[in-house]
Amino acid sequence: MTLLFNLMAQSLQMLLVLALAPLLIGFVRKLKARLLRRKGPPIIQPWLDLIRLLRKEVVLAENASWLYRSAPYMIFAMIWVAASLVPTFATGLTFSWSADLIAIIALLGSARFFLALAGMDIGTSFGGIGSSREAMFGSLAEPATIMIVFTVSFVAGTTQLSEIAAYMVANMELRASVGMALVALLIVAIAENGRIPVDNPATHLELTMVHEAMVLEYSGRYLALIELASALKLLLYISLIACVFFPVGLASHDAGAEAMMIGLCAYVLKLAIGGGALALFETTTAKMRIFRVPDFLGAGLMLGLLATLLVFVTRSL
Amino acid sequence: MELLTIDIAHVLAGALLLTSFMLLYQDRMSGLINIYTLHAVILSLSVAWQAYYQDAPHLYFTACIAAIFKALIIPFSLRRIMKRLGIHRTVEVVGGVGITMLIGIFLVALSLVVMLPATASADPLSREDIAFALAIVLLGLLMMVTRRNAVSQIIGFMSLENGLVLAAAGANGMPLVVEISVAFSILIAFIVIGIFLFRIRERFDNVDLSELDRVRGGRS
Repeated sequence: MTLLFNLMAQSLQMLLVLALAPLLIGFVRKLKARLLRRKGPPIIQPWLDLIRLLRKEVVLAENASWLYRSAPYMIFAMIWVAASLVPTFATGLTFSWSADLIAIIALLGSARFFLALAGMDIGTSFGGIGSSREAMFGSLAEPATIMIVFTVSFVAGTTQLSEIAAYMVANMELRASVGMALVALLIVAIAENGRIPVDNPATHLELTMVHEAMVLEYSGRYLALIELASALKLLLYISLIACVFFPVGLASHDAGAEAMMIGLCAYVLKLAIGGGALALFETTTAKMRIFRVPDFLGAGLMLGLLATLLVFVTRSL
Repeated sequence: MELLTIDIAHVLAGALLLTSFMLLYQDRMSGLINIYTLHAVILSLSVAWQAYYQDAPHLYFTACIAAIFKALIIPFSLRRIMKRLGIHRTVEVVGGVGITMLIGIFLVALSLVVMLPATASADPLSREDIAFALAIVLLGLLMMVTRRNAVSQIIGFMSLENGLVLAAAGANGMPLVVEISVAFSILIAFIVIGIFLFRIRERFDNVDLSELDRVRGGRS
């Protein structure tokens, strides 16, 4: 009975992230439009787009290899697994033993690798540009992420995300190093999701685009999978920040259905706050030049390093 | 409760260190002055918290001095200097931002490595505050070294002085006279530097200090 309940909670989480990710994108778009005094499409528009894309015919370039065709499935699977391992409404779910932070980063890294390969596969110049830029950002963003992981796991004494979240719920404490790790993670999240100061998800301007350049040749269901994967990635970063740094309302796995409902409401609220903050940030900042991005990400890397250093200072572990 | 008090002091000192790094990263004059204002505000909050923690009312006075002079008067007059000299441009940096940041990290690590063992017997709060303060002083020096523009060098100097005040507030039983005299000497130094700035500008038509090398007959 307990096992059944646990399995249900886990599959609920998997479906929840899948259902909420496009809605989150739609919410951010709607809010951005409202902030610019425009009306904006309805919040479920990304889902409608995805369904429309799924029904469309796939157009493939003649020299597309098997890699090009299988990459969307792999990217989508990896990011979905990673997103459903992050605790959203409850900690210690059935598969949380595998929710190691390093494993999640490895999943995201492999997804990025396949995306970059697929971008180069067709042989168009845009794909190559996008892939090389993505590799440049990745080489700075991933060490920064690793540093953040080190900081958080030094504080909590484990790299397992569920236990980190449980530790953070149990000991609410202020630490300078954790604060710096939060700022660094925000920088990395903005860069990884191609949000505004780094990359603009709404345009196809060849001078600046990164993510769009890599997926330009995709169509039909492949494009739907890639779009869904990138929505899931945004959701993953927001829920990662929420569960490590703001674990308010997070239920534990044996707390019963009522606590889980509270956790669910808190999670949706946190997503709304995260999306709202993102929309506000994006409307108030301008996009930076592509060659300024390494500086921006370098600041993130530096903050991560600093946070790891400060763990040894504050309270001397 | 005790732990929370120490935590808040740490977060404030850490925020001060973070703003020092933001000063290093910033490349626009007006942004630089805004972040310097933030730096001073965090400093006065930090000193006020130390006053509460050590139960030393004269530190509240120091916090007020920091808030009034450093967060109001100096940014205001820096803005005026900027307007009078007509510099709104970006700041010229010697070497890249990334390299500067890396050196900054090394300086922070260095100050932690030096200060933590050296002050092992002191009480934990002031000990770590002093480590942070040394890091902020070194970052201020680094900023003075890596900027060509005299106004941004002044800001480096002022942020260095904020680190000194943090160290002074962390040390138990620093007399008020010392703090006030330090605050006023800094103000005098600021005025003197301001006058020099106008003289440099009269002479060379800009405030780029590399021009001074030419006069001295050095390189370039």
